Amino acid sequence: MQFSFTEDQVLFQRTVRDLLAKECPPEVVRAAWEGEPAHAGRAWGRLAEVGVTGMLVPEEHGGMGLDETDLVLALEESGRVALPDPIVSTALVAAPLLRDRAPQAIASKWLPRIATGDALVVVGLDESPNVPSADVADLLIMQLGSEFHLVDPTKVTLNRHSSVDGSRHLFTVDWRATDESMLVGGEQGWQSVNEAFDRLLLGVSAQLVGLAAHMLDTTVTYVKDRHQFGVPIGSFQAIKHQLADCLIKLEFARPLVYRAAYSIATTNPDASSHVSMAKAFASDAATFVAGRALQCHGAIGYTDEYDLHMWMKRAWALASRYGDSRFHRRRVGRAIFGPDPQTQ
Amino acid sequence: MDLSFTAEEEAFRDEVRAWLAANVPREPLPSGDTRDGFARHLEWERKLFDARYSVVSWPAEYGGRDASLIEWVIFEEEYYRAAAPQRVTQNGIFLLAPILFEVGTDWQKDRYLRAMASGEETWCQGWSEPNAGSDLAGIVSKARRVDGGWSLSGQKTWTTRGAFCTHLFGLFRSDPEAGRHRGLTYFLVPLDADGVTVNGVGRLDGDEGFAEVFFDDVFVPDRDVLGGVDNGWSVAMTTTNSERGLTLRSPGRFMATADRLVDLYQQRHELADPGLRDEVVQAWMGAEAYRLYTWQTVTKMIEGGDIGPDASINKVFWSEMDVKMHETALALLGPLAELVDTSSEAVDRGSWMKGFQFALSGPIYAGTNEIQRNIIAERVLGLPRR
Repeated sequence: MQFSFTEDQVLFQRTVRDLLAKECPPEVVRAAWEGEPAHAGRAWGRLAEVGVTGMLVPEEHGGMGLDETDLVLALEESGRVALPDPIVSTALVAAPLLRDRAPQAIASKWLPRIATGDALVVVGLDESPNVPSADVADLLIMQLGSEFHLVDPTKVTLNRHSSVDGSRHLFTVDWRATDESMLVGGEQGWQSVNEAFDRLLLGVSAQLVGLAAHMLDTTVTYVKDRHQFGVPIGSFQAIKHQLADCLIKLEFARPLVYRAAYSIATTNPDASSHVSMAKAFASDAATFVAGRALQCHGAIGYTDEYDLHMWMKRAWALASRYGDSRFHRRRVGRAIFGPDPQTQ
Repeated sequence: MDLSFTAEEEAFRDEVRAWLAANVPREPLPSGDTRDGFARHLEWERKLFDARYSVVSWPAEYGGRDASLIEWVIFEEEYYRAAAPQRVTQNGIFLLAPILFEVGTDWQKDRYLRAMASGEETWCQGWSEPNAGSDLAGIVSKARRVDGGWSLSGQKTWTTRGAFCTHLFGLFRSDPEAGRHRGLTYFLVPLDADGVTVNGVGRLDGDEGFAEVFFDDVFVPDRDVLGGVDNGWSVAMTTTNSERGLTLRSPGRFMATADRLVDLYQQRHELADPGLRDEVVQAWMGAEAYRLYTWQTVTKMIEGGDIGPDASINKVFWSEMDVKMHETALALLGPLAELVDTSSEAVDRGSWMKGFQFALSGPIYAGTNEIQRNIIAERVLGLPRR
């Protein structure tokens, strides 16, 4: 039993944090709000250089050949800066899907490009027809029931949908399946679909934790600076207790997210339950922190010039994405009790 | 990261589980916070000690088995899973012993630890006073220098199981001229000493679990000063944040409550509000989060990290989760919730209502949750003090 990250993993997190602070400052997120494609910044190339995009890509394809426990902290960092790029989809979902299911020729074509940062691969599930960043994808992997298909983005029609988070560019994808396009189907297909879903949940949960951590940090800084009645408002218990509650929510979501990464890495049979617990706690933590952050900022937090709203809106979007906390408690409930009462 | 157990750890778990299955009393003992129940619990403590299960993580010379921290948590998981009796010796074992190990003299360790582990001597904590609760540094009970030792005078209160224990460890003001946090000394006091008066106080849950303890010129020899004269505050603070601070409420306890809640839901769900299923799952996940958080903390400790104010994050979480779990259980019971003791309709003799009332003490004792939130805000988040 050793529930911690290695020194190398923690150092790597620090590297990713520093590079993202530099390459994905709030102006980059704001640019995505103003219409820049999600993949316009320099962050992606740097993430690829240090090995984030290819973390799960086998070494023979130019990747790091590591596992989800090596990747999860980097994904948390991508949440901290509200990175607009489709890092979860490419690094955590598409890479292992291609690694495990693609024939050699296809794997050799795409996996090295994922590792070098030259390919963005976006995965679309039936369950969430609005696919983020489909416009910048070099390859789409689309679910059709029990099948995944490899889809050329130049041969699809995209329809833009607006998210409350303006930096999330969502698209419905009008595409056609062919016999040649199928990556995996049948029994293995369902397995792949479920795995992809669990992976998306893990990635989004890690990002929610990062978003919450950033909102809490920002708010702590703000309440130390902001003076009323001649003292910093952070000296009032009414403020202190709200922010203490934020930290408690965050610190108890974290171990669930890290355990989910470990369970996926070790193909634990309960991994689906574990990612659902992570998603439920991370969603609740992030939306809770968003609410307290706004309240403690007061009116300045309610403006669109101030950056906080971009983090809050990302948190709202991701908290409901792929099932909100109630959905995931139901999923865990089925693991504990069997089918939902209404479906018995 | 490795969330699996070694073969030795699994073997230890199996051994503990088998012993508990064979030895835990079939009928629950009467509450250990009553005079009769306390005595019954001490018989159980003796049995645990004889099997060397009362203090598994202690050195063998004091009755332990040098178990690792990991094995200690495994033991606790199994202990609660087996619904074994509450530990009436816990305030000595979990609050005093860590200080003895850290700053106690060899004489003190030899004199007190083994008798504590066997339940032969039982310890209560003398910290709170009528006017020093959350503001613990407001202690006014005095220690006056006398020939060969100290003379204690004053009053302690809310002393858990004080009416049944043989000994008290506590803080007294040894230098009234020094600042509030200075000039306090930690003393070890036998409650049968001349000048000690102990009065039991009934608690909200009906048990005589509290006591007030009066000291009227009580002599304590120098050898029973713990951790140095005028050094009591720093000794006390080491304990509150010490590694074993987390031991007061081990994860096994909440996992066991969550499992019982799942069982209760399965018995009662047809009669209960369907929304309660969501609450039961939330409770179950909370216990799981707490278990994982604890493993994280245990790993941190093994790797030499300091727990410090993280103990406050922990305490707020478990104490509020415990209340919530019991509220959910009472909601599942509906009109049966109020039935207690021998009522023929009472479910599990009203143990959920009893447990609920006990859970309500969690956010108050060991530092109220308001104080814990101040600590989190000031020492972890770095917000300014008033």
